[in-house]
Amino acid sequence: MAGLQAARRAWTRACRCPAVGIAGVGMAGIGLASCSGGVLDPLGPVGRDDATLLIDATVVMLAIVVPTIMLAFWIAWRYRASNPKAEYLPYWSYSGRIEAVVWSIPVLTIMFIGGLIWIGSYRLDPFKPLPSKAPPLEVQVVSLDWKWLFIYPQQGVATVNRLVVPAGTPVHFSITSASVFNAFFVPRLGSMVYAMPGMVSQVSLEADRPGTTYGQSAHFSGDGFSDMHFQVQSVPASEFAAWVRSAKGGGPVLDRKAYAELARQSQNVKPYSYSAVDAELFGAVAMQQIPPAPGPEPGNPSHAGREVGTGGHD
Amino acid sequence: MFGKLAWSAIPFGQPIPLITSLVVILVVLGVLGLVTVKGWWTYLWREWVTSVDHKRIGIMYVLLGVVMLIRGFADAIMMRTQQAIAIGGAPGYLEPEHYNQIFSAHGTIMIFFAAMPLVIGFMNFLVPLQLGVRDVAFPTLNSVSFWLTASGALLVNVSLFVGEFARTGWLPYPPLSEVGYSPGVGVDYYLWAVQISGVGTLMTGINFVTTVLKLRCPGMSYLRMPMFTWTAFAASLLIVAVFPILTATLAMLTLDRYVGWHFFTNDAGGNPMMFMNLIWAWGHPEVYILVLPAFGIFSEIFSTFSGKPLFGYRSMVAATLFICIVAMMTWLHHFFTMGAGAAVNTAFGISTSVIAVGTGVKIYNWIFTMYGGRVRLSVPMLWSLGFIFTFIIGGMTGVMLAVPPADFLVHNSMFLVAHFHNVIIGGVVFALFAGLEFWFPKAFGFRLHEGWGRCAFWCAFVGFWVTFAPLYIVGLMGMTRRLQHVVVPDWAPWLYASVVGVAILALGAVAQVIQLVVSIRDREKLRDTTGDPWDGRSLEWATPSPPPFFNFAVMPNVEGEEAYWGIKLRAVETQQLSPEPNYQPIEMPVNSPVGFYTAFFATVFGFAMIWYIWWLAIVALIAAFAGFVVFAWRDVHEFEVPADEVARVDRARRAAREATLAQMAEEGGLP
Ligand code: HEM
Ligand SMILES: [Cu+2]
Repeated sequence: MAGLQAARRAWTRACRCPAVGIAGVGMAGIGLASCSGGVLDPLGPVGRDDATLLIDATVVMLAIVVPTIMLAFWIAWRYRASNPKAEYLPYWSYSGRIEAVVWSIPVLTIMFIGGLIWIGSYRLDPFKPLPSKAPPLEVQVVSLDWKWLFIYPQQGVATVNRLVVPAGTPVHFSITSASVFNAFFVPRLGSMVYAMPGMVSQVSLEADRPGTTYGQSAHFSGDGFSDMHFQVQSVPASEFAAWVRSAKGGGPVLDRKAYAELARQSQNVKPYSYSAVDAELFGAVAMQQIPPAPGPEPGNPSHAGREVGTGGHD
Repeated sequence: MFGKLAWSAIPFGQPIPLITSLVVILVVLGVLGLVTVKGWWTYLWREWVTSVDHKRIGIMYVLLGVVMLIRGFADAIMMRTQQAIAIGGAPGYLEPEHYNQIFSAHGTIMIFFAAMPLVIGFMNFLVPLQLGVRDVAFPTLNSVSFWLTASGALLVNVSLFVGEFARTGWLPYPPLSEVGYSPGVGVDYYLWAVQISGVGTLMTGINFVTTVLKLRCPGMSYLRMPMFTWTAFAASLLIVAVFPILTATLAMLTLDRYVGWHFFTNDAGGNPMMFMNLIWAWGHPEVYILVLPAFGIFSEIFSTFSGKPLFGYRSMVAATLFICIVAMMTWLHHFFTMGAGAAVNTAFGISTSVIAVGTGVKIYNWIFTMYGGRVRLSVPMLWSLGFIFTFIIGGMTGVMLAVPPADFLVHNSMFLVAHFHNVIIGGVVFALFAGLEFWFPKAFGFRLHEGWGRCAFWCAFVGFWVTFAPLYIVGLMGMTRRLQHVVVPDWAPWLYASVVGVAILALGAVAQVIQLVVSIRDREKLRDTTGDPWDGRSLEWATPSPPPFFNFAVMPNVEGEEAYWGIKLRAVETQQLSPEPNYQPIEMPVNSPVGFYTAFFATVFGFAMIWYIWWLAIVALIAAFAGFVVFAWRDVHEFEVPADEVARVDRARRAAREATLAQMAEEGGLP
């Protein structure tokens, strides 16, 4: 693994220095992307470990892929019909030794990758809690048509389309959907997980320093999907407490009635917060004690579009 | 009377679909008018529409695929330009309702109505020729398959003009696709179009499995079959294994939507996760149904243009069957992010990357096929080398996605979009253009223009990378797929770059069209009189170009791998062709309108179901079934080609071969 570490360090360096970053096409791609706030520019440990694995797997494969591509072009050029120096072997079509090599190169590569997959899948299972002395912050996530509801059960507040987390504390997300599938994804924090109706999935993420970024839905969910992005603010612990206080200080209350209104389809919802939350709400949504969100309704203007008849069961 | 159908179904208020529909209708009317004025109807009906000749059906499949490829490309241009315009608050020119239909139609059309018809078209044209036989096992069924595919394609395109198409993606995931969230007719268009063409595809699979198992010319043992036939066989096995899953899955969704059942709804005990499992249990093998025949095409080209047998033929067969089996054990990699747990993700991550072993072996074998060869860098070979480069990288990004924690970062992102275009364009589409260049003279008797072919290749190759390399990058920058507008300004430069790539690809498409026009104009200069323009090695090159409808006057007798190469060697050694055979009359299947007839009523049936016009659906179903019954009871299945006619055609072929032989003797002959 030492070689790998070195390669990775070289990689990181290459990405900091644009001139080297452009050296290889694949490298340039990853390099450029990692310099600018994407999944290769992580804000916390989960994103960092995911990204490391992505890069490790790429390096392992590039070690085979680059020579193979070069071999292909070299042989095609060396044995071009117009090259009189190349020997013509019209009947040569089998060599046990080459066959053995030809099978073993991919097998060995994939065994190596298989190891990465095995170790990585266990270590970075999204459902696994993060090791930490501080108890994790609980956040309940509900995907709605077409916005995100974040409930802070320990604090008793909730937000729409804004996620505020304390830096350096693991956050345990419980995720469900009130309508269709979505995926909860903050690129710079790492691992995405589906939000699914009638089920609760989990992911633990952490931002280890303050910063501002965005999250979004990574699974298409209908007409308002493109606006299902939300602000993510990682703030120092003291600031987080202040934020909770201010959220409690004013704003609407999220009871069943407010939720029913929220669950109706709407697009491009500006972030806001609720000063108090029905403590049973998340469970009731996840267990579908509250029926699934209504979907398109004839009288709801946020669902504009060419709709022909409403079909259904007749 | 007309179910849900009403005037409001026609998009009068929406300029883009309205104008497109009008243009399409005008073009169709123009073509029909031309056919009428020129009096071509009888010819078309007798020689094409009712034809059960596998070569004709193959050509019609390819034509359908190319037309749909252009339609899908038009969608692609709209998507790429929309994303480049709608950045940071700008709305772009396509509202979400429309944009979502476009990407759904794009994926559906490209997979089901462009790639599949193209692949199946090549299988149709080539497999019987390569096996040295006169047709597929069930020629009329073959015609039914084709017309049902065309029927599905028609329904998808009708949705542009009457109603709407699905807005749920090329795989309609519930609960979004359930009637509560997608009440319009869009998903129903999808369901019936794919169901009807899926029946056709399943019958194609059955037909080709039977053909390969039962109809091979004397001496054509399994391990003497050309590589393309092997891959077509493997793809057909996969079709037979997995298309029923697709049919059943879509039938369940149909029941949910039409009669209120709860297979995949999110309440009343439905389970949407089950849809994802089922659809990908079909979907992943499906990508190998597309790519295996593409591998076959490249195998033929590498060997022919290197002037050598395929390196490691048996190992290639093994790798093909290996891929065929493992492809059915990897479906879960499409939803690692659904939270199945570490053990499940590990198992499927490993099984997925194991496929890359089979693919890797094939790549090395192609490389060693060129080793020691005399590599002619003509157009088919350019596509093949472009494929090696592109596909290796696509395979590499595939394995990156197969590492679950890495997939947690780029699942459903533009990186994923770049991956599958990388393998589908670089693998399947490149293969089809390579194959078009390679077998065009066989089908039509003249070659395609070399210069324009090169131009088309370079535009496609460069255009591909300029389009999709930026998408890999924005994917890593966090951009998810299917966004109608974007808000992160950092993504903008890459989205602009991608539009430039699409423009280059469009130039490639233009070059391809020019190539066709120029080649038709210069066809006398490009004429292939020998039937063997590339110094081929398998039996299709033993026939004249184009082959007579009965393919072979007498069944070839195969004595080794590379059947035609063996025959050629013998002829060169002895300086003469094998003695003239004793010509016998040949029995050939008669033409049949049943395919066209059934598909016509299947289209009506689909349309009626989509619009809830129940009486019409029942009438159409009965009519389609009646067609089958009448067909089953017909008395005349075959007609006889007299021995004289067979002799006349074959003597012409022999004369051409003798001329080539004489010329070869002058030039010093084969190695
Ligand atoms: C080297 C072999 C390959 C590997 C390891 C591989 C791996 C993967 C993985 C893991 C995904 C799912 C990623 C995600 O959803 O996050 C995926 C998606 C996909 N792959 Fe591949 N792939 C390979 C080859 C191919 C080939 C040959 C084709 C087609 C000819 C193909 C077509 C697709 C398509 C169409 C999708 C995505 C479909 C969708 O979500 O709409 N792949 N591939
Ligand atoms: Cu797959």
